[in-house]
Amino acid sequence: MPMSYISLSDKEKKAMLDAVGIASVGELFRSIPEGVRLDRALSVPEPLSEPELTSHFEKLANHNRYSDFLSFLGGGIYPHFIPALVDYLASRGEFVSPYTPYQPEVSQGTLQAIFEFQTLICQLTGMDISNASLYDGASGAAEAVLMASRINRKTKILVARSLHPHYRQTIATYIRNLGLTAREMKVTPAGTLDLEDLESGLDEDTTAVIFQSPNYFGVIEDVAAISEIMHRHQALSIAVVTEPVSLGLLQPPGLQGVDIVTGEAQSFGIPLSFGGPVLGFMACKNEFIRQLPGRIAGQTRDVDGKRGFVLTLSTREQHIRRERATSNICTNQALCLLRATIYLETLGRNGLRSLAHINMQKAGYARQLLTGLEGVRDVFGGPVFNEFVLGFDRPWEEIAAELRDAGILGGLALGPDYPEWAGCALMCVTETHGKDDIDRLAAALKEALS
Amino acid sequence: MIAEPLIFELSGVGKTACKLPKLDVPVREEILEELPLREDIPGFPEVSEIEVVRHFTRLSQYNYCIDLGMYPLGSCTMKYNPKINEKIASLPGLAAVHPGAPPDLIQGNLAILSMLEEFLAEITGMDDVSLQPSAGAQGELVGMMLIRAALEERGDPRRLVLIPDSAHGTNPSSAHICGYRVQEVKSNAAGMVDLEDLDRMMTEEVAAVMITNPNTLGVFEEDICRITKVVHDRGGMVYMDGANMNALVGICRPGDMGVDVIHLNLHKTFSTPHGGGGPGSGPVAVKRMLEPYLPAPRIEKESSGYVLNHDRPKSIGRVRAFYGNFLVTVKALAYILSLGPHGLKEIAEIAVLNSNYIRKSLEEDYHLKYASPTLHECVFSDKFQKQYGVSNIDIAKRLIDYDVHPPTMSFPLIVPGALMIEPTETESKEDLDRFIDAMRAINREARENPDLLKSAPHNSNVRRLDETSAARNPILRWQPEK
Repeated sequence: MPMSYISLSDKEKKAMLDAVGIASVGELFRSIPEGVRLDRALSVPEPLSEPELTSHFEKLANHNRYSDFLSFLGGGIYPHFIPALVDYLASRGEFVSPYTPYQPEVSQGTLQAIFEFQTLICQLTGMDISNASLYDGASGAAEAVLMASRINRKTKILVARSLHPHYRQTIATYIRNLGLTAREMKVTPAGTLDLEDLESGLDEDTTAVIFQSPNYFGVIEDVAAISEIMHRHQALSIAVVTEPVSLGLLQPPGLQGVDIVTGEAQSFGIPLSFGGPVLGFMACKNEFIRQLPGRIAGQTRDVDGKRGFVLTLSTREQHIRRERATSNICTNQALCLLRATIYLETLGRNGLRSLAHINMQKAGYARQLLTGLEGVRDVFGGPVFNEFVLGFDRPWEEIAAELRDAGILGGLALGPDYPEWAGCALMCVTETHGKDDIDRLAAALKEALS
Repeated sequence: MIAEPLIFELSGVGKTACKLPKLDVPVREEILEELPLREDIPGFPEVSEIEVVRHFTRLSQYNYCIDLGMYPLGSCTMKYNPKINEKIASLPGLAAVHPGAPPDLIQGNLAILSMLEEFLAEITGMDDVSLQPSAGAQGELVGMMLIRAALEERGDPRRLVLIPDSAHGTNPSSAHICGYRVQEVKSNAAGMVDLEDLDRMMTEEVAAVMITNPNTLGVFEEDICRITKVVHDRGGMVYMDGANMNALVGICRPGDMGVDVIHLNLHKTFSTPHGGGGPGSGPVAVKRMLEPYLPAPRIEKESSGYVLNHDRPKSIGRVRAFYGNFLVTVKALAYILSLGPHGLKEIAEIAVLNSNYIRKSLEEDYHLKYASPTLHECVFSDKFQKQYGVSNIDIAKRLIDYDVHPPTMSFPLIVPGALMIEPTETESKEDLDRFIDAMRAINREARENPDLLKSAPHNSNVRRLDETSAARNPILRWQPEK
């Protein structure tokens, strides 16, 4: 019996047709010209029953062999432990199946969760205000660039080459029709944004610099120095954070002069998800509130004086301002936002700090162990959070193949995006990796290099 | 119901719900030494596990949702979200996969994306599909960027985009981000695009027309083929907003009407949950001539299996990281496979029947500005109730007291005081009748006791909220009391 989600019996359908005054459903489509009507059935497979459907997708899942491997892949999407509470609470139908909270009286659950999320993001980033999330970190970066240009009406954006390649590509797509230009900022031999290049790239048309910290190579940038240079030239400092667990330990961008912080919060309770859906976020200084894109929840009172929450400042948004809106964004990532909120409240003040510490120590252990092997070098050397780049005496592609034979995905090749570091690999170590996993990687790498 | 405190107000030093793995490597304090560290995360909550559970369970109970009852938001397509699709999308073999894994280890996921692309092309009558856009508005943006890229290559991107006055608010905004100026095309007395108006405005400066069909009145644009012909004859392209595709599945296909590019909302037509405002997914389907410009990478099938082709010199580039909202596309594919050709067509048939049943049942109680036949939604207004001082907002808020979610309010703008109703195909006759009865009762109340409506809702967790002061004096985060 095919699956159907229709709730009408034949008798009810007949009664409804009678009420409408027609004999068949076909009559309802009489306004569609004959010439464009489809005169055949859609060419899609015949319906599957529920067990057939499940087994179909289980087979597809088995065609993925990723989970057979011990993986050290990061680069914008990070493996982290997800407490059971997150799935349990976030899968409640009351959270999964409502629309955007446009009717606040019957949406207080979603709205209060957004308000708490905004608060948590502000606390973590050290910024004044946060929106209710964006599609993902890359589109968030593009929105931040457009926002900066609206704030100071300048057109030249400086983009750190150490920013995630997908983020740089997304920025290029978004600005191409808006008269904005992007210039790429060099990377120093230490893997950081080249501050001299930044100084020389700045001129009176420069709207902002956008950089990532910890950057794509895992290296922690001198955020305060970058911001200081930008402000000296009346331009803005935009920081991207793709691994926000780092904010449990590192000085928040808000205390280092950053004007806009944006990034990816997948690390906060969202599975790897093959890269989506994930959770873009954005926070900024209070003075930029009218230029912040996306939905925002605010606190208010009802007619009885009881506290409640609403979507607010909607005069920025497309459904009110149409073509003059701050962004064309309509949806946010509410359910992913909810997961992050549950996750952060479960970890709490000490949990997030401990988690950040564990990540840093594990990555530190792995980095020391691996760079101690003959034929392995620490490419950048500077302080990192939970990712680092290694170089080898042998091409990475060959090493990666041998590691795969040992059941290990050792890291992401840098070559395709950074030809200047062809042969190097970006490795990520988190709390999901035990000491034994790291030791296994070291042994396999040693074998591959011997 | 009592108000649930903010989590920050429940916080107490030393409490935790966190069970992290132990640090099993030797600690090296020196790696922290060179770093700018923070001392603390001021204000961050500290609560126990049961406090977290009760906090979110209580919050959940403050939400109305499709699992509780009818949610007739026009143009939002709040249909039932099948639970099996949730279960499938959480299979670890699909969900716990890193997007950076080598293609030969992710053949299952690439097959899913490729299959969905193929089915969406068939359903829309288009040639090629990109699943990268994260939501409808991003799909629109991509669609317009494709048009611009193709026109640029032809020599002139042109300057203007024509958009009917009944269009979604995202349309003008998306056109603007593509560098176009927007001109509005008026609707005629039948609630359709005025063909003469369009004919006059469709100059050599116009890059594209953005059209929604059926439009936001629920009216099918009967002149669609003439519209697309006029636009093509003058060298422009036709973008269709597919938000209302639920009315057309299996009945007719935008590709057969001359549409060049369309976006779909998987969270509308293809049943993936709205999640309280996302994640959505906004695939873009195009005619072959626009394929070279689609976002990179593209999934291609070779003899060895699926590959990701990044070598796309004409592509507009990426609009986000990785491959789109993959787990949303999994649910949409499961939906299509569970319904098959007959079940897909039934979506449109019953969605349109349910909507017309509501329209017929309420047309004496509520004013219908346009008499044209409607498909999946109908737009009433508060014109009859205005004489009692009652507005569409009061009607909407009073519906809450009847345990029904209000329809879309004050949209489309061409209907003053609009109440835009889309029941979808999944509602039972009992639920449709309950909604109709509530709307009729509210019309009686408007006459007899308008204050009851103006002070509604009365039975909700919070009553009418002061949105003006929320915007005037924004409080956007919790702050500790000083």
